[in-house]
Amino acid sequence: MELIVSGSDLDRLIRSLKEKGRVAGPVSRPTFRGRMVAWAEIRSIGEVVFDEAPRESMKRFLFPQPEVLLRFKRKGTGYEVEPGQVSQETVLFGVRPCDARSACLNLLPYQDDPFFLRNMAATVIVGTRCEQPCSTCFCRDVGGGPESIEGMDARITPCGEGSWKIELFTEKGLALFQAMAGGEPAPTPEGGAEKTPPLLKPLKSAPLSSLYESDVWAELARACLNCGICTFLCPTCYCFDIQDERLGSSGRRIRYWDSCMFPLFTQHASGHNPRPTKLHRVRNRFLHKLKYFPDRFGSFSCVGCGRCVRECPVGIDIRKVMKRLAEAVQTEV
Amino acid sequence: MRGIVHHITEELRNTARELLASGRISAFLGFREGDHPMTVAPFAARTAEEVELLIFNSFCVLNSANTIPELLRDLTPPAKRGEPPNEPPMIGVIATGCWSRNIVVQIQEHQVPRDKLVIVGVASRGMVDRRKVLAKLPNSDVYSVEEQDHLLLVRGRGYEVEIPRWEVVRDNCRSCSHPEAVDFDLWIGPKTGPRSIDAPFQELEEIEGLGAAGRWEWFSNEFSRCIRCYACRNACPLCYCPTCFVDDSRPQWVGKSADFSDTATFHLLRAYHCAGRCTDCGACESVCPMDIPLRKLTKKLYKAVKERFGFEPGLSSGATLPLSTFSSEDREEFILRPGGPGQEER
Repeated sequence: MELIVSGSDLDRLIRSLKEKGRVAGPVSRPTFRGRMVAWAEIRSIGEVVFDEAPRESMKRFLFPQPEVLLRFKRKGTGYEVEPGQVSQETVLFGVRPCDARSACLNLLPYQDDPFFLRNMAATVIVGTRCEQPCSTCFCRDVGGGPESIEGMDARITPCGEGSWKIELFTEKGLALFQAMAGGEPAPTPEGGAEKTPPLLKPLKSAPLSSLYESDVWAELARACLNCGICTFLCPTCYCFDIQDERLGSSGRRIRYWDSCMFPLFTQHASGHNPRPTKLHRVRNRFLHKLKYFPDRFGSFSCVGCGRCVRECPVGIDIRKVMKRLAEAVQTEV
Repeated sequence: MRGIVHHITEELRNTARELLASGRISAFLGFREGDHPMTVAPFAARTAEEVELLIFNSFCVLNSANTIPELLRDLTPPAKRGEPPNEPPMIGVIATGCWSRNIVVQIQEHQVPRDKLVIVGVASRGMVDRRKVLAKLPNSDVYSVEEQDHLLLVRGRGYEVEIPRWEVVRDNCRSCSHPEAVDFDLWIGPKTGPRSIDAPFQELEEIEGLGAAGRWEWFSNEFSRCIRCYACRNACPLCYCPTCFVDDSRPQWVGKSADFSDTATFHLLRAYHCAGRCTDCGACESVCPMDIPLRKLTKKLYKAVKERFGFEPGLSSGATLPLSTFSSEDREEFILRPGGPGQEER
């Protein structure tokens, strides 16, 4: 269902939501370089930036880092264990279609992960239409689109003169705007689901060896700094590591972001490292997104937000990698 | 590409081509264009065809010295069993003022043998912070950027703007007194001489004046954005340790998550590791995706080393390194004693 609300109604809603949890959105922040769009807690809808993608994806709300999985305390010869952090009730305003879709893709490998599921359940995603795709965007090439509502509980669209259109898609979305609306959530509108991206099938059916031995990996490895920018800004990079942090006889078990770009990611206790060079690591990152994940889950592990393209300090572009792989597949056939 | 950078790029390619053709070097290290506007990637040209990819422009915010140790390792033929390691071949490398100073630091620290390098010196015109450019644009989005001598011609969706180049030059370049390579074998492009800077540490004054609590607040605000991607470390020509202290697991020196206590530890330790070595090349700050003013820490330490020891890093490979030598003249007032100086802000 659909409703038109005023800015002041939304601001009242945001204030009341803030009493129970947090409300966040992309806002413009001054930095030494001028400004950046960053996720922050908001007090009013007017603060939310709709026409520029935030530097970071919304991932930190669903994969908080560190995430405390449990706390422990020495007791006799064993340990007393208590549950870790509780998921905070969270409402995110102004989530772009690509970022919203990432929640659905991440759910595929995390469908049995109690912590992720708990965080998802506590989060309401109020998405937005993407009116201004950037030069670095390619959502359509990976199965999304600027009109996609995948992953959204509701969608907010500015319609001028301080009023906003709200579309409700899920029970969670309906509950959020209950005071303003009544009735049932709307069925998913037609046209939201995009076509299968053309590259998906050829890459899925291609033998791994034709991609694995491509020249492109050595070229990329020569340029790559092996930093974690691409993986940490990526909405669909979800790899983590776990550690016990102990002080005296008590401590906590935390989960935090890890990156396949780092040598330590695959370092074995024996000292052996199965991905010892930059080439191995670069190849893994791209093939995971474009081959391994699709082979297992049927979709690219990429929403085409373009952050890795925009933010790469040496200007590596995943779209060129996709093109090169497509060529490699064609020559094979 | 037109004007000065075009001419320098032509000269660079000619020089690299000749060096490779003569057999004097087996690779020439510089930069090639990145896939995205205003980016470059480190690139070692090994053939005449690859030389055509080398460029020099205002977006070379990385430091060529950063890639030298890795490239020498890659080019050294593996030794036969039981035989001593082979010597690396010679390489050519392009160097501006700070890049050449970082090469000097690597020579002093025995990471790079001087006699394996042909350093091609160039004067930097000041490199552009691409994020300063993006911050000025609608939706921070850009299609193409054309560099002219004093203007950047920037095109995007439905706009075309001219941005004066100097307006978007990096802060470190604006306060740089050594734009020219200090140690070189060949030279390309115009010579500009050293720049005289009246107040090289002016950018620190605001933070220095805040008092301990204010400085901590500034530090916490700016550095809590860190996502621990380590781009700053990986872009830094000083960071060549085989195992970085953040990657050590036995013992583990610092926590791994983005918990602020761990992030703060990482940044403070990294900055101190750079004291007396950092040339303020700005690569760390240029690559930071979260707009963290990383250089404020290293610049503060640059200032402290200069004031205390009269030393600036990378100007002479024969110089004594202040932080790896002891002199009875060294000032020690930083040692805190009850009631002594340094306690007033606690």
